[in-house]
Amino acid sequence: MTSTTADILLLAFGSFSILIALTVLGEVLRARQPADMPNPVLETYMTRVQSWWGMVAFVGIALLTGKVGVMILFAFVSFAALREFLTLTAKTQADHIALALAFFVVLPLQYVFVGMGWTGLFAIFIPVYAFLLLPIVSALRGNANRFLVRVAETQWALMITVFCVSHVPALMTLDLPDYSERAVLLIAFLVMVVQLGDLLEYFFGRRIGRTKIAPGLSPKTWEGVACGVTCAMIIGGLLSWITPFAPLGAMAMAGAASLVGMFGSIVFAAIKRDRGVKDWSHLIPGQGGFVDQLDSVIFAAPIFYHLTRYFYT
Amino acid sequence: MSYLRQFAARITGQAIRIFARAITAVRADWQGIEPVPRQRVYFANHTSNADMPMIWSCLPPALRRDVRPVAAADYWLKNKLRAFVGPEVFNCVLIDRRPEVDDKPMDKILAALDEGSSLIIFPEGNRNMTDDPLLPFKAGLYNMGRARPDVDLVPTWVANLTSIMPKGEVIPLPLICTVTFGAPIHVQDGESKDDFLRRAADALAALAPQVRA
Repeated sequence: MTSTTADILLLAFGSFSILIALTVLGEVLRARQPADMPNPVLETYMTRVQSWWGMVAFVGIALLTGKVGVMILFAFVSFAALREFLTLTAKTQADHIALALAFFVVLPLQYVFVGMGWTGLFAIFIPVYAFLLLPIVSALRGNANRFLVRVAETQWALMITVFCVSHVPALMTLDLPDYSERAVLLIAFLVMVVQLGDLLEYFFGRRIGRTKIAPGLSPKTWEGVACGVTCAMIIGGLLSWITPFAPLGAMAMAGAASLVGMFGSIVFAAIKRDRGVKDWSHLIPGQGGFVDQLDSVIFAAPIFYHLTRYFYT
Repeated sequence: MSYLRQFAARITGQAIRIFARAITAVRADWQGIEPVPRQRVYFANHTSNADMPMIWSCLPPALRRDVRPVAAADYWLKNKLRAFVGPEVFNCVLIDRRPEVDDKPMDKILAALDEGSSLIIFPEGNRNMTDDPLLPFKAGLYNMGRARPDVDLVPTWVANLTSIMPKGEVIPLPLICTVTFGAPIHVQDGESKDDFLRRAADALAALAPQVRA
């Protein structure tokens, strides 16, 4: 067993012990609840914990299988997220071919480019080539009605769900001195600090939150975000042994990723509010859709990728 | 031989269901009823040939076994493959639409109801290619509601299929399809045909998801 595999297993066991604690807590509360009146908050919590079990298992298995497994997992995540996003965007029949190209050509190619480590190409493929070529395909069908809205929303969907998401597996392709074969652990670091930061932001926001950041849009508070980011930094510092960063560097990286992620999820709340939906979809029980679950990771990934690339390669 | 065909029909049915799930993540939203085995007529909007397989795919197995879509014979008997899929996989009640043949469609529908089957019907009669949410309903729904008043008539809205597979396109888009089941309605005493059909159409149109795009 390589040291990378050992570290992944260690992280997986750590995550499993947290989940066991959360599951036991929920079951104890459930047992104390009178049988004839189930508590909806508790039932939602238990559904969420169950979904978390699934996610930890999937990510753990993907990380253990290495590069190919991670690529396939995130390509699938992109597909599910793009499907949720494009279900809610403006489109007409004139966009049909452009949208089919987005699903069946742009998305797979982006992951091929990431997998091959063609950094120059995957960084511009969607912002340049898809950006310029897909509107041409739509325009050729000759329907100008709300054209700018249609092409802009399609491009936004691709940028968020394919371009940004693909920066998570792209972390494996970074050329970090003395770290390359352990790069898969950077993914575990990013996902863990961002998601745990979110969880603690929610917890502290509920407890001590007073000042809403964007009233009418999101329940997030400045107090909750400050506590969440601080916790993410502490967790990042504690996890610095799996990263190429020194402890202080790991704290700074975790803080940056967590902060961007939290504001990212306010952006997603604004999009959902605009479209009049509560969740992006129903695919993850108790959590809504893939985009609901990953909104903060989606925003954090490109920033985290480029900060790492800038300071550590 | 017939066992083999039954087996093939079940495999094909599973394959259609898995395909619908994988491509459109089709989901049932039980707003007005519970997914319990009761005799029902699901009446749905019709925009695409995939409407019926979508409703069929998102029903739980116990309900799917007892449901029979009412469909056009000229479509489902066109070739050997369709003649296998329509009658044997979906267990369709086939109606001959040719004007020169008096097929007595209502007799076939009532016979299926009397066997205990639930039905899926498209009361618009044809695919809706207009921008209106629904075409005017045909009288069939009213007639079965009158003839079998105990059966629940369940409005069933299939969302998004026009974007997933617009007419004339070849590649389906993997967008999310939602099938919403509303509260059942019945023909009331003394209610006229037009009043009932209008009420049924309103109940169905009210289920369309309100997404601002």
